[in-house]
Amino acid sequence: QAGLISRSDSSSGEGSRARRAVERPGRHKQQGGRRRGAMSILEYNGSALVAMTGKNCVAIASDTRFGAQQLTIGTNMKRVFKMNDKTLLGLSGLASDVMTVSQKLRLQTDMYKLQEEREMKPSVFNNMLSSFLYARRFGPYFVEPLVAGLEGPENKPFIAGQDLLGASVFTDDFVVCGTSEQELFGTCESFYKPNLGPDELFETIAQCMLAAVDRDCLAGWGGVVHILTPTKYIVKELKGRHD
Amino acid sequence: STHASAHFIRNELAKAIRSRGGAHQANSLLGGVDEDGPSMYHLDYLGSLEKVNFGAQGYASYFSLSLMDRHWKKNMTMEEGKELLKLCISQLDTRFIINNPNFRLVAVTAEGKVLDEVLDGHAST
Repeated sequence: QAGLISRSDSSSGEGSRARRAVERPGRHKQQGGRRRGAMSILEYNGSALVAMTGKNCVAIASDTRFGAQQLTIGTNMKRVFKMNDKTLLGLSGLASDVMTVSQKLRLQTDMYKLQEEREMKPSVFNNMLSSFLYARRFGPYFVEPLVAGLEGPENKPFIAGQDLLGASVFTDDFVVCGTSEQELFGTCESFYKPNLGPDELFETIAQCMLAAVDRDCLAGWGGVVHILTPTKYIVKELKGRHD
Repeated sequence: STHASAHFIRNELAKAIRSRGGAHQANSLLGGVDEDGPSMYHLDYLGSLEKVNFGAQGYASYFSLSLMDRHWKKNMTMEEGKELLKLCISQLDTRFIINNPNFRLVAVTAEGKVLDEVLDGHAST
């Protein structure tokens, strides 16, 4: 399946040496006192994101939980950012890096617009993000991004997902990331249909998100869907279980 | 403004986690009143930032957050706020293993700092 991003567990594989090179929560026995060996740094705050394509539209849905391991601190965290009129960026992973990466990318996108006097295309943005993450190969940002947008004058839907080192995967249906990744794969694979209009796409992506996060204790506590069409940008909040 | 201060602090914290010296080992709650009204921000030592209506750090969060979820409402008065805080402290006194009865209460309004007193924990139970 083209949409499968394989994610290694925290004790082996790509990025594990890199992860140890960075300050790890739990080294100084911060709150909770739990040892971090069992849980990956990408799962510390908890998140769930999915991006889907429709007919001349794309959507990204995310949960809004902000937690510290098992404790829920906030229920209104922003994970999806509009980079320009044709590109949406969703970031899962460590909350601090979600904010840092979105801020740094906003700088890049805005500078591009000022220098080139045109907006960055979603595919170009995806490549830029990929280079940005790989530049930190041995001390990476602990985020797994999703890019969704409308490409070119025909507004062809574009989605892509990346791992924390910037390895991209391109599909034409959906991409998922976060602690609920596996649950989201299941719901999306079952509910997704190609060429849905904006309203149907919203319904589909919302149901996929809500069903998936209810099986994940680290994600949920509210949700939000961002829909991008050639003429409109719509943000809708989801009403889900807060537990 | 409160929003600007919170983001400034967040950036400093986020810079520190990848620095030679390591993270600033400090979790904070930032509260302030500016022209947009009162606001409160929950800051993590990793540089996570969240705007909240109420917050707690440390072990207190395990006991207080649920109480505040239940009793906090928009536009509470100073007195109601103090009562809610005293309720949280009394819960800690009942259920928390570490005996820590004395708390310092600091309150800020649009006029500036209006309160800076010590709550004698023994009186609240």
